[in-house]
This record gives sequence, structure tokens and C-alpha cells, in this order.
Amino acid sequence: MTTVPALNLDSRQWMLRRMLEIRIAEEQIQGLFMQNLIRGTTHLCIGQEACSVGIAHALQPGDTVTCTYRGHGHALALGMTMQKLIAEMMGKASGACKGKGGSMHLTDASIGLLGENAIVGAGLPIAVGAALSAQVKGESRIAVAIFGEGATNIGTFHEALNMAAIWKLPVLFICENNLYGEYSPMENTTPVAHIAERATAYNIPGVVEDGQDAEAVYDAVKEAADRARYGEGPTLLELKTYRYRGHSRTDTAPYRRPGELDEWLKRDPIDVLARKMIADGQLDETELEELKQGTERLVFDAIEWAKAEPFPPIESLFEDIYA
Amino acid sequence: MPQMTYREAVCKALADEMRTDEQVIFFGEDVAVAGGVFKVTPGLYEEFGSNRVRDTPISEQAIVGAALGAAITGLRPVAELMFADFVFVCMDQIVNQVAKYRYMSGGQFTVPLTIRAAQGAGAGFGTQHSQCVESFLMGCPGLKLVVPSTPADMYGLLRGAIREDNPVFVLEHKLLYNMTGDVPDDTGPMKLGEAHVVREGNDVTIVSTQLMVHRSLEAATELEKEGISVEVIDLRSLAPLDKDTILDSVAKTNRLVIVEEAPHSAGWGGDIVSLVADEGIYWLDAPIKRVNMGQALVAYSPPLEDTVVPNVGRIAEAVRNVAQR
Ligand SMILES: Cc1ncc(C[n+]2csc(CCOP(=O)(O)OP(=O)(O)O)c2C)c(N)n1
Ligand SMILES: [Mg+2]
Repeated sequence: MTTVPALNLDSRQWMLRRMLEIRIAEEQIQGLFMQNLIRGTTHLCIGQEACSVGIAHALQPGDTVTCTYRGHGHALALGMTMQKLIAEMMGKASGACKGKGGSMHLTDASIGLLGENAIVGAGLPIAVGAALSAQVKGESRIAVAIFGEGATNIGTFHEALNMAAIWKLPVLFICENNLYGEYSPMENTTPVAHIAERATAYNIPGVVEDGQDAEAVYDAVKEAADRARYGEGPTLLELKTYRYRGHSRTDTAPYRRPGELDEWLKRDPIDVLARKMIADGQLDETELEELKQGTERLVFDAIEWAKAEPFPPIESLFEDIYA
Repeated sequence: MPQMTYREAVCKALADEMRTDEQVIFFGEDVAVAGGVFKVTPGLYEEFGSNRVRDTPISEQAIVGAALGAAITGLRPVAELMFADFVFVCMDQIVNQVAKYRYMSGGQFTVPLTIRAAQGAGAGFGTQHSQCVESFLMGCPGLKLVVPSTPADMYGLLRGAIREDNPVFVLEHKLLYNMTGDVPDDTGPMKLGEAHVVREGNDVTIVSTQLMVHRSLEAATELEKEGISVEVIDLRSLAPLDKDTILDSVAKTNRLVIVEEAPHSAGWGGDIVSLVADEGIYWLDAPIKRVNMGQALVAYSPPLEDTVVPNVGRIAEAVRNVAQR
């Protein structure tokens, strides 16, 4: 975690706006869940927004991403429209997956989002395959797999890193280490202090980065992405981050250490970037407030629109099973 | 007419598809340099090179997942899982990922991927290397499943599977690898989902697959001498299932025996029973009989292994039983 070079104004504005969109959308999603307009379960990424925007900003058109159920932020950062996202979560026909996916399966091929995944670790081999096709076809695109630290204890993590390493595939393994897998603190389940250490076993670079600083995330992803694009193979990148809300649904996270959340709130990813921009004369408090209000309107409008959208026709139950 | 083995038919189908379509790639454990543990794929690595034909680490989940990832990003991969019993190691990737991927994305992707594996008892490989796995894969809408029983079907169905824009399991029977048969020069990719009436008869219908087709044919020859005329259907494809061919035959013979190399419970034979109960029950003149492994497992010791798999005697006995009613 060395000093982070500042990105240009456009980049900063884009990242700030997207982080606000993600934050406000997630807050509203929690509300919609409480009202039972979103069913089953949701996993919010509030507190982890810098990871989403830093990663997305470092990628290029054609690159692909697999992520997890905690991927609403990634979907928005990659460019899924607020309408498609909210409608999908409400199970509406105009959702990203025609209502067949829901909160844990957001997918948008048009922006390279190969899908969230509800099975811990399952997205890693799929990303390996996306990287394999790039290599076989001689295309310069890369594949990214995003997952939690808990996923590094499941077999697919190890199979995927090993396979990617021996074939030097253009794939980035990005671990959002938010310190908990469900209700278990990492130290109870994982015998290494840093997930990045696990890269050693596969003879690939393992990098630790501050996941609360969008610019730092961007830099680290860009560097690893360049390596992958130039044929130098995969990287395991660990982003240290924190989720402010519980694991899912109505979990209030009583298992946190006392004071832990307050410590992390001091390094809120939106504040971190906004403060830098204010210090550099690129933003003032009024503009930030206006930005928040504008973003709220965008989210509220999408919600109202999605509420009025129809559910999918029953016949669609039997569509899309086979090509 | 060119003769080839079932084993050679697999390799020729792969090679012909790889020559036709450069999006086709092939990988699995020891399939490239060594040509496969069953020596099914020699020469592919030499012809198509290390970019398209790859040896993988022993990582069944990564093999299937990588095939899926490659399939949804522009390739047409063929993955080998060696022994079919290994599907259980990567069942999440098969059931939750491959089979559901198109559906849960609302149809955003096609999944043109083929998974090959060798199944079946009779070669002394023991309990964990001898199972037929098709019934475990049939509860997964989204997958297709073929079970060829001759070199010609192997060749045509594998080519057809590779051309499918859906995930297809091609299960090869180990005891058939050395079987020789005609594969006419004009054999091309075959359509999936068409059963084959391999022997016509009037008294009893046998529905079977793979090795059991050959044993059923032997039983039919024996029964002919006793004056029982047996029709033998080779399903060739379990998903989709050719219902019409089964129903047409039962309408003619009014008697049905189902021969499966698998345990009784939740075997595909139950689906055939259900189909006929539903759409053909008034044609039946006798109860439907299923010949299978009961609830036994494949054992190592030769007499035990020989007994568990339906043999000609057991098949003939079941046919006599329904023919007399
Ligand atoms: C294979 C599998 N096992 C268990 C679960 C249940 N589960 C869902 S999320 C989760 C915790 C995962 O933690 P981590 O990988 O750190 O991701 P995070 O939720 O913190 O983003 C578990 C155990 C699952 N979905 N899939
Ligand atoms: Mg976690």
C-alpha cells in the first residue's frame, strides 16, 4: 500500500458517481427486501464500493467478469442500468435476466458480466475458461473472477489458480477480503493472515491492496491486467475491505468485534475519494450534496419504474432451457 | 464400407469436427500427449497442437468450469472426464453451472459444450470406476445426454453433440471401445434424440442402451428359436428421449421389457415405465418388466461383477415372463 497516484478528474468523477449509485441503490434494495418486493435473500456490498469501481474502471471493453451474489456493485460499476438491476431483483420481465436470475444471478453479456454466482467459488473456473478462450483465439481481452476470502477455502479456488498458472492464462483473481464469511471471522477458518499469500503455492504474484481507496484499487487492477494482457499470466489480488451491513437478509452482524465497524467507517470509500477531491479543489460540499440528491432521484425513478413493470409471462418458465 | 472400432470412431469424430471448425478445442487429463488413458485420442495433439488440445491438471471442477467459461465466450470445447464416476467430483459445475447457465441468465448465452466420459462395468475396475451415470444427469433440464452403442452411432452422435448449441454429455461404454463396425463414408453429424429400432419383432419390445443393446440382441436371437419375436430399441439418446419410437413399438408388441445397466431406483427405466403408463397403458397385455442391477453395486470379483450387470439369461427370462401372459 504505497502512495497512490491521483487519477484524472474524469476518472475521479466517474468513480465517485458510481460509488454513490451503488451505495444508494444498495440502501434502497435493503428497504425493498424488507417490504418483500425483493424476495429470498440479498447480499449488500455497502462499504465495498471502491472495489467495484476501481476494478471496473481498470477494465476494457471485451473483458469479462464473474463475481458472487455480493455483486450488485460490480454489475452497476460495469454498466448495468439501474432499471435492469432493480427490475431483475423484483423478478420482472424487463430485468437483466428476464426475472429468471434475481439478486444472486445478475448477468449482462453486453457489458462482459458473465454472471454473479450463488455457489461459493464456482465463478473462478468459469473465468479460467473465459481466459482460455481469449488465449486460444489470440484475443487481448482478460477475464476477472471476483470472490470473497471465504471462497479461498473451497476446492475450485485452488483448481482455478493452478490451471491458470500452468497455462499462463490472462485472468485476474480478485479477492474482496471483507473479514467474514457469513458469520465466521476469517481467522477461525483461514490459516493465513493475507489471502495473497496463497499465490505462492501457484507461483503467481500475490498482491495486497487497500480496498477502501478506489484509486489504489484501480492501480493494482490495472497493473495486474496489463501483465495478463501481455501474456505474463494470472495474479491473485487481495483487496482489504469491509461490509457495513450483515452477511445477508436481516443479519445485523452481532458477531463483529466491538468498535470494528466504527474503525472502518473512518475509511469509508466514498469519503476517502470525496475528501481527496475536495482537497484538490475538484469538488465542494454543495456539489457533493447535489450529486447525492441526483443519484437518489435516479435510484428512486428506477424503483418506481420497476414496480410498474410486468412479471414475466408464465410460458417463459419453459423458455431458455435449451438454445 | 470402412470398418472402425468404437474407440477409433470417437477420435475420428473429434478430429473431423476440429478440422471443420477451429472453435473446437479438446482437453482433459492425459488426453493430449499420451492420447488418453483409454487410448481413445491419439494423434489429436500432434495434428492440432498444444493450443487446441491440452492436458489438464487433475482438476475436474476446473475442467468443467473452464469448458463452460470457454463455451460462453466463443469456443466450442470438448472436455473429457476420463471415468464417468468422476462426474460426482464436479457435480456443482455440471448441475448448477453448465445446465443452468443459459436459463438463469434469461437466455443470454448459448453453451455449446461437450463432455465425454467412459462408463460401465465389466472390465474389473472396481466399484468406483465402473458405474453408469446417466440417471444422475437426467434430472438436469438444460443438459442433453447421448449413449452410443456402435461405432457408427458413436461417430455421428459425437459430431452431432459437438455441433449442438447446448451442453451435451457423451457417455462412452468401456466394454464397447474394441467393438468393430461399419461407419459408412457418408456418415455425418447425427441429430440427437432419435432412437433406433435395431431389430424388428412382434411379441415383445426391449428398450435398452449401450452394452445392454448388444446383450438384448443376443437374447432376441435365442428367443427367436423359442418362437418369441423380439423388437429391440436402442435409445441412443436419453435427453431428449424419442418417445414416439418407444410408444409405436409398444403399440405393436403390447409387451415391454426395459434393460438398464444401473441400479433400479431412479434409473431412466422408470421414466420409460411412466411414459408408457401415461400414454400407452391400454396397449399393454402384460406387466412391464425392468431388468437392471437391483440395488446392488458393481463389485470387483469377477463372478460378482458378472452377476450384477444384466446378462443374456436374465434378459431372456424377463422376456419369456411377459411373453407368456
Ligand atoms: C458452496 C457453497 N457453500 C456454502 C454456501 C453458503 N454461503 C453463502 S455466502 C457464504 C460466505 C462466503 O464468504 P466469502 O467468500 O468471504 O464472501 P462474502 O459473502 O464475504 O462476500 C457461504 C458460506 C454457498 N452459497 N455455496
Ligand atoms: Mg468475506
